[in-house]
Amino acid sequence: MDVVKSIAEAIEQGDNDAVRRLTAEAIAAGRAPGAILEEGLVAGMRVVGERFRTHEIFLPEVLLAARAMQAGLGLLRPLLLQDAVPTAGKIVVGTVRGDLHDIGKNLVGILLQGAGFSVIDLGKDVAPERFVDAAVAEGAPLIGMSTLLTTTMKGMRDVVELLRQRGLEGKIKTIIGGAPVSAEFAREIGADAYAFDAASAVERTRALLAPA
Amino acid sequence: MDSLRERLARGDVLVGDGAWGTMLMARGLAPGRPPESLVLERPEAVREVALLYLDAGAELLTTDTFGGSPLCLGSWGLGERAEEINARAVSIAREAAAGRALVQASVGPTGRILAPLGDTEPAEVGAAFARQIGAQARAGADAICIETMTDLAEMLLAVRAAHEVAPDLPVIATMTFDPTPRGFFTMMGVSVEQAARALTAAGVDVVGSNCGNGIDRMVAIARELRRWTSLPLAIRSNAGLPESRGAEVVYPETPELMAERIPALLDAGVSIVGGCCGTTPDHVRAFRRAVDARKLTSCPPP
Repeated sequence: MDVVKSIAEAIEQGDNDAVRRLTAEAIAAGRAPGAILEEGLVAGMRVVGERFRTHEIFLPEVLLAARAMQAGLGLLRPLLLQDAVPTAGKIVVGTVRGDLHDIGKNLVGILLQGAGFSVIDLGKDVAPERFVDAAVAEGAPLIGMSTLLTTTMKGMRDVVELLRQRGLEGKIKTIIGGAPVSAEFAREIGADAYAFDAASAVERTRALLAPA
Repeated sequence: MDSLRERLARGDVLVGDGAWGTMLMARGLAPGRPPESLVLERPEAVREVALLYLDAGAELLTTDTFGGSPLCLGSWGLGERAEEINARAVSIAREAAAGRALVQASVGPTGRILAPLGDTEPAEVGAAFARQIGAQARAGADAICIETMTDLAEMLLAVRAAHEVAPDLPVIATMTFDPTPRGFFTMMGVSVEQAARALTAAGVDVVGSNCGNGIDRMVAIARELRRWTSLPLAIRSNAGLPESRGAEVVYPETPELMAERIPALLDAGVSIVGGCCGTTPDHVRAFRRAVDARKLTSCPPP
């Protein structure tokens, strides 16, 4: 089998050592780093994300696949930078202020990275100013916010408000997700998108960051 | 008062309480603050919620210690006070119950993912549960209620900790399942069968499910649990799944709707019925009526 296709399969199996070895092989064989990323790592993670969405696999398998992806990405990253391979886009993510739950947010980050996005993860309990400052500093056109708690949903509105106050509305977009929020809530607070689950977060992000 | 084990052995059905977080928010818990902090800062608010549930007919009262492991409290700079918080929460519940109800000390997940998959060592999690449960037992809890677990390994660490530091207390172990096309699984991929078998083998007193589902799915989960264990079952159902109405979050299942399904839960062999997210004292009152009505109809006429 083609070495790049084998990378995708090794990702699906969460086989970290195989991904590292095969990625090194593909690089040594002179394959384009962009192709190794797209047809190997991203293709593998796409299958993993889809299997997770349909409940064929669960969180542990996704985490194993993510670790395998990181193993390949570690080798590939310097080459991608050198080749100036553009990422699919940049997004700042975090769990909103007051909320310490990060399993959902981490999962979204994994799948976004797996889809080729450059993800700046601010962690949990992130204040509105930190979201906006990081997006500005990184030149990220999108902020992704997560919460598990009904008590912390307001933090999402605060970020949207802050963007408005700083005149960044429309320049930096927002996407929200998490157990208590919904499409109606996103509309209500003026967020640009709502994602029901991690897989749809990737689709929505792709749509939001697509060149107009 | 009879112990939980005596009551379960007799075949009694116990009514538990309902949601706590939303009730505490309505009494001044600041958004983004841990509910356990109220045990120290506003014990009267915690007592008030307990009394509302007791007056509604709850006979198994939950403590405000869901996030009370030192690992969770540590995120708020309260890790050092874990013993104090857990002990005080049990005391508040016991004083409120005043012999009317048994106190089940809540133990929720740490929110960490265990190594090798995640970055937290199992021994660290086990030690954290031991500190939490030890404090709860010394303060006089009647049972340890390990709840909302999705990782069987983390659940078993808590069960083991309970058996070590509170060997005389009954353990209620409930997990949170999601519906999938292949049946119910936790987020970490644990099936109802796996949970029931592993927890039965681990020697818990009660197995069950809480959170994540409304009452209809809980009936299905209870039936599935019953296939794999003969232990008493506990079900604490959400009032459906949260819906957003404007800025408000609403749980759609009414007390009447949920109470209608109580007989189905009892038929499935459930011994503890209570509420989780979105349930209120009115829900508990309706559960109480449904359970009492069942007692009347199951007695032979005089």
